[in-house]
Formats: sequence, structure tokens, C-alpha cells
Amino acid sequence: MADEVVLELRGITKRFPGIVANDHVDFELRRGEVHALLGENGAGKSTLMNILYGLYSADEGEILLRGKPVGFGSAREAIRSGIGMVHQHFMLIPVMSVAENIILATEPTQAGVFLDYGAAAKRVEELSRAFGLALDPDEKIQNITVGQQQRVEILKALYRNADVLILDEPTAVLTPQEAGELFEIIRTLQREGTSIIFITHKLNEVLDIADRISVLRRGKKVGTVPREGATEAGLARLMVGREVLFRVEKTPSTPGETLLQVANLSAVDDRGLGAVNGISFEVRAGEIVGIAGVDNNGQSELIDVIAGLRRPAEGRVTVGGKDYTRSSARAMIDDARVGHIPEDRHLRGLILDFSLAENFALHDYRKEPDSKLGWLFPRRLIAKARRLIEEFDVRGGGPATRAGSLSGGNQQKLVVAREVERDPRVLIAAQPTRGLDVGAIEFVHRRLIAERDEGRGILLVSLELEEILSLSDRILVIYEGRIVGEFSPEATEEELGLAMTGGGREAVAAA
Amino acid sequence: MSTGPPVAAGAPAPGGPGAVPSVARRLALYQRAGGIVTPLLTAMFAFMMGGVVVLATGHNPIATYRAIFKGTGLTWFGEFAEWLFRLATFQSHVFPGDTDAALNLQQTLIVMTPLMLTGLAVAFAFRCGLFNIGAQGQYLVGQMAAVGFGTLWAGLGGTLHLFLAVTLAALAGALWGGIAGFLKATVGAHEVITTIMLNWIAIWVAAYLVGLGGPMQDPSQAFFPISSTIHEAAKLPVFWGDAELQGLHVGLFIAFAMLVVYWTTLNRTTLGYEVRAVGFNPEAARYGGISVRRNYFLAMAISGFFAGLAGALDILGWQFHIAQADIEASTIGFIGIAVALLGRNTAVGVFFASLVFAGLYVGTSTRQLDPSVFDPELASNLTLIIQGLVVLFVGADLLILYVWSARRKLPWVRGKAAQA
Repeated sequence: MADEVVLELRGITKRFPGIVANDHVDFELRRGEVHALLGENGAGKSTLMNILYGLYSADEGEILLRGKPVGFGSAREAIRSGIGMVHQHFMLIPVMSVAENIILATEPTQAGVFLDYGAAAKRVEELSRAFGLALDPDEKIQNITVGQQQRVEILKALYRNADVLILDEPTAVLTPQEAGELFEIIRTLQREGTSIIFITHKLNEVLDIADRISVLRRGKKVGTVPREGATEAGLARLMVGREVLFRVEKTPSTPGETLLQVANLSAVDDRGLGAVNGISFEVRAGEIVGIAGVDNNGQSELIDVIAGLRRPAEGRVTVGGKDYTRSSARAMIDDARVGHIPEDRHLRGLILDFSLAENFALHDYRKEPDSKLGWLFPRRLIAKARRLIEEFDVRGGGPATRAGSLSGGNQQKLVVAREVERDPRVLIAAQPTRGLDVGAIEFVHRRLIAERDEGRGILLVSLELEEILSLSDRILVIYEGRIVGEFSPEATEEELGLAMTGGGREAVAAA
Repeated sequence: MSTGPPVAAGAPAPGGPGAVPSVARRLALYQRAGGIVTPLLTAMFAFMMGGVVVLATGHNPIATYRAIFKGTGLTWFGEFAEWLFRLATFQSHVFPGDTDAALNLQQTLIVMTPLMLTGLAVAFAFRCGLFNIGAQGQYLVGQMAAVGFGTLWAGLGGTLHLFLAVTLAALAGALWGGIAGFLKATVGAHEVITTIMLNWIAIWVAAYLVGLGGPMQDPSQAFFPISSTIHEAAKLPVFWGDAELQGLHVGLFIAFAMLVVYWTTLNRTTLGYEVRAVGFNPEAARYGGISVRRNYFLAMAISGFFAGLAGALDILGWQFHIAQADIEASTIGFIGIAVALLGRNTAVGVFFASLVFAGLYVGTSTRQLDPSVFDPELASNLTLIIQGLVVLFVGADLLILYVWSARRKLPWVRGKAAQA
């Protein structure tokens, strides 16, 4: 590998109100190198990359591209200088073809006005073959998988002659198999001389793919290390600033009575298409049942139905032996005592403009002691908030602080605290650690195990296989709205991954 | 106004030394904090632009604004302070009860009364995430109901008649607002569309009712499209000024009471909690077990209640009847939108914003303004201009912030920043 430096960031500083997002960060990228940018959520990784990509301007510092100082006022300028970025959320138009999406905004034309689609498709095909992307230029985006869509994004950057590629948490949406394929593609790109910045907070990936690793902590760069000699524990310590326990310590479960029973449940999604197709399972007291699956395979709809937020088309939901099919959300909360940590804490779990105290009251504001005969008692809300903030170690503000001003981890603690505090019989934990850093993940995992040991039935739905494997006592795999297999926690990621993509032999669905 | 001071939003300690937020960032912070700086700036900006318009017509903006301020009668508070001072120092002095300033102030407060209420109407719906453009229609329905009940029941006792007329007229407004809420809750019809349509329905039905030969037209004036006049017993008592000459009626205190009701409902009741939750994030509210539909309906009905009450107080307080021409000319409900926007949907904000608009309205009216300072015809248009500018700037808060931050991307500004 050549040691030529393609890109250098020097002393980049970016301030937002009340926070220094980047504090004199230096960063260096060599030709053909995969340089991982590792850090907790809110450590400043995205800010740094957005500055590089021209979406923000730095308050201080300079950017040197191939030795020359640059400063991009817009993403367009960055693209023109050979920088490409693949965002976590793809920016593709579903009804258009792969080639059309790739040439968007830089369409090759005939005689100045007419789109030369043929030339575009040819070029896309060439690039696709050269880098082993295996994409059909004429296929519509809506018909290809998430992993392929990501490759379209990568190809889009290559098509615009990017030789510096920023990948923002690229594996967050992929199955383990797809992630493996992505890594192959990254290695091919690397051989062709493309330099890659790989943003992530997953330690194992970093050790898998990166040549060098830079770690950000609270806006400051705390170190750059080569992969050789780096360990997960060492990187975690750099990231968090203390020792982190990786393995969740738990005793074998002692399941008791059946608390939640779902029988032959079917439901449609918002577009009216079948999302849950005859699912049956049960969750007993004192066990964690994990539901593994690739995103959009009916998990969200399944949870919604159990939580009373979506009407099922068919089937039954029973909690503690009582039928709660088609109950309202309030009945599920108050009567069935189902706690629900929603998968999206911004969309659902919290009212960001409410204070912490008001958020803690979201389920109980109608009941004593929060209120009486419709009259609210703010002081009691605040007292309760103070107690929960203390008990769950929510940092970043007091009862009157706006929930939106907390960090993601603390917001999640708020949600967990609220749901657990109500002493639920069944607790649905949907993606409970999404977007959290290792410290907060540790907290949530321990708490879930503790709640299990209290005798609650816990339904864990997660896209993170590692999470499913380390927490669950039983694992169900969901694929296209069906349970396609039941596994023990001793199963390997590969076995689960195969089942998650519909490739596994049809295992016996749980009762 | 949540249970805690919203200002805490910006409270987390500034990280690191030397972190000085830019002007734009600070502005953004105030905006989120619901502070008073942005609305103040907005109003000042609108008045400045109004001044430019005055200047363009060849008049002196400062003299004009001084004359408008005099016309609002707010100078009365100076006279009042002087009276208090003399009273305290045992110099005999007559209470300035019927000076020019006093008369002007009475007019300003008479206009302020319905503006406060239509402002609250729009604000309450806003807090539930709904844009009630129908305050005008709900106000009109309140007016018509007040005329109807005020001309009914001759010989009913004063207080009872008044109480019934006020309550029923406000409820009529609630019904009118509730229709839009009901449609939103059941079939998802957008409230902006439905309230606009309900405005027109109200206007044309009212125009028919008091029009020539209409069922509510005054039979004693067969050739005027005007309603009958309400009974004496249904008139609100005047507590300041001459009852015969549009003195100030007690409706002002009812409106003040509604400011308290508004704040209390939103911040001290479970209903207000639900309304705010739905307004901020309907999906999270639903997840929390709150019926979003029920709150859409209730918020629109309560919104209509405030607007209907405004109409009732106007009829029962000083108009006493309604003419067809007034129905189409009235803009009290629409100014309520500007009041709510400038007042940031808070009780205190609505109080001050309604005072600003009422003062403008009265201060620029033909009767008050000295023609040698500024043409009265232009003056009343100035009200509209400033009103329009306020709405524009309130809506443009974000735009201003955006322009401010976009400025930093300009090459020369960036160059300076890099040197710094």
C-alpha cells in the first residue's frame, strides 16, 4: 500500500449551541486505505464527515485534498472534487431504474438536450462489472434488495469519479451475508486505489475491514491505531473512556406461566399489504424471546398489533390468559399491562418538546397521583421524574429539561425507565439499543435481564443478531411475516442469517 | 409553557471553553425556547417596514406612529399615573375618566376583547397541531347566535338572559368549530379546507338570515338588511364611559378570564396534556394511549368556543345588532390568526399581541387620526400592511435563520471565518 496521503483534515473544530461537536480533529487518509472512524453516538463522526462533504462549514481548521487546501460550500462541490458519500438512508428514487438513479443530475445527453440512456446504461454496466457489484442497470430500485440498493449508492459515487468514498454506518441495514459481500466490494475498491472512510460504532467490523482506526470521543480524536494489534476491548476503552463488559452475564432462564400468547395472527401494513401472515408464539414469565429478522419483514406490524396500535386481520392476542385481541392501546397499557419500548424513540417513544417529567407521565397522566378528576399535578410529575432520573441514571438534565435536548442514550433510558416503572407483565423491547453507544447498550441489556429475572415476559425484537444471541433464551426468526424457525441461543449468526433471508430449511414454527 | 420553564431547553452547560454561539444560533435558541425576543423583533421589523411605506408616500413615519399611538389612547396610562401620584400626595385631582385618551383607550379595549378571544381560538387549535382558519366563521356564528338569543325571551331577568345568551352563543361557535374537528377525526378532512368552507357557509347563511326578507331581519326597518336589536336585558353592562356612546363593557373581563382558562386548561389539566401531546407528536400520543381523534374534535370545539364567545361579547357588548354589510367586512377572526402567531400561542403572548393589533386598528381608524399627519385612508391600510408583515415575518422566522446560516457559506464570509 502506498503511503501517499489523499486527504488530510487539520484542526477541524465545529461548535453547536452548548456543544463542541468537533474539537481540533486531525484526520488523515492514505491512497487505497480503509480508514475506520469509530466513536459513540454523538462523538462527532457524522459532523466531521458532513464538514468534509460540504454540508457544514467548519468554524476552524482546514481540509487538504491531494495536498491542496479546499473547503466545500456544498455537496456538489465535494462530489466534483472526487468525494463520494453513501448515507445511512439511501437517496434513491424507487420507481426509477438503477441506471437512471445513478446518472441523476449528471445525465449524459445527445445534442445537448436528449437523454442518452443507452450510453448511461453501458457505463453503469461497465463499472458494475469492474467492481464486482453485479447490478442490472435496467432493474427498478423498488425491485432490488437493500444490499443492492447500497451498491447502487456506491456505484453512483464511482460513476461521478469518486476516489474518496465515505460510508456512513453501511452495515446498519444489512444482513450478515450482505455485510460480507459489502466487505468484498470494499476490498475490490481498495485494490483499484479508492480510499475509503468507514464510519461505524461496531467494533468487530472495524477489526475486519479497516487498515487504520481513528477513534472519536466527545468531539475529540483520542487516537489513531493500525488494525494490527488492535483489540475490541482496547478500542472500546478508547471509545468510552472506561472498561466495557461485552458479554451480558445472565443465568439460565426459569420460565414460568405463559404471559403472552399470539395465535395465528395476521395483519396488513399501512399500504394494505399483508405484513404479518399467521404468526403464533408465546412468551412465558421469566424468559426473553428474541425475534430476529431483516428489517421490514413484519416485525413492526407484529409489535403494533400486540401493543394495540394496529388492528389484526385475523388471529388472537392473549395476555395472562385473557383475550386482548383488538383492544385499544390504552387497554393494553392499563389492563393487559404490556410495556412497550418502541423501535423509534423520536417518532413514538418520546414527545421531544415535552419536559422529562411530562414524558414520564405519558401513560399515567390520567391516573392518581399524577392527576385527579382531570386536574394535573405538575409537582407530583416532577417528583416522580426526579426519582426515575436518579434510579435510571438519566443524565443531561432535570425534570424540566426538554426531552429532545438529551442524548440518544439518555432518551432511551427515559423510555426504558417509564416502561419498566409501571411494573408490566409483558415487556416488548423493539430495537432497544438502536443507535446507542456501547455504554448505553450495556445499561439497557442489563436492565432487560434484570426485568426478566423479576418474572416479566420479554419479547425482544432486534435487527442486531449479536443482541438477539446474547440476550434471548429462545430465538424466533421472522421472514416475510412468518416465523420460519426457532433456535436456541447457541445458534450461530450464519444459521440465523440464512433463515432470516428465507434460505433456511423450514424449521418447525413455535407453538 | 410546559410544567417546567421551557427555557431549560438551552440549559445544558456549554461544552468546552470559548464556545460562543453566533447570533443566528442564539436566535434559534430563543425560537425554540419560546422566548419573547423573536416576537418582539418580528413586531419591530413589521413596524419598521410599515414606516418605510409611510415614508414612501411622502409622510413622516415618526410623526405618523406618534399620532397612531396617541389615537390608541394608551397615553391614558400616563394620565392615570399622574392622577395616582396626586392622590398619593393629597393633591385633589379629578379622575381622568372622560378625557380624549380615556375615550380612545375604551375603543382600543373594546376591539382588544374579541381579538384576545379569536387569538386564543387560533392558538388553542395550534397547540393541538391544527390550523384553525375558521375563527372568522365561528366568530360570526357566535354573533348570529347572540343576536338570536338576545332578541328572544323578552322579559327574562337581566343576569339570566345575559348568561344564557353568552353561553349559548359561545356553544354555537363551539359547534361550528367542532364540525371541522369531527370531519378531521372521522374522515381525515384537512381542517384548513373545512374551516375555510365553513367560513363561507356561515357568511352566506348569515347574510341570508339578516338580508331583505330574511327570517332575522328587523321587521321595523323593512328596507335595511339588518337584524333586530337585542333586548336591554341581554346587553352587557358598561363599566367605563357612556353606555349610550360605546363605553367599555364587562366583556373585557370575560376575555381576561379566558386567558386564565386557556393557560390553566393547557397546563393544569389532563385535557391540556393530551392536546399538547397530540400537537407535538400525534404518533407518540397514540402510543401513549391518547385518542388523537377525540383531541382533534375537542380542540376544534374549544377553539370555536373562544371564537364564538368573541362574537357574543361584541354583539351583547356594543354592537347590539348585525348588518349584512358588517358580516362581509368583519376580519376579527382573521386578525386572530396574526394575534396567535405573534403571541406564540401563549396566554401572555396573546394578551400583548391583541393589544398591539387593537391599538393599531383603533389608532389608524379614520376617526382618530389627524388628516394633516397622515391620510386616514392610507392609515387604515397601514394596519393591514403591518398585520400582513407580522404574519409574513412570523412565518419567515425560519427563513431568516436560514438566510443567516446560509450567509456563512458565501466564499468571502467563509474566508473570514477561516482566518479567525
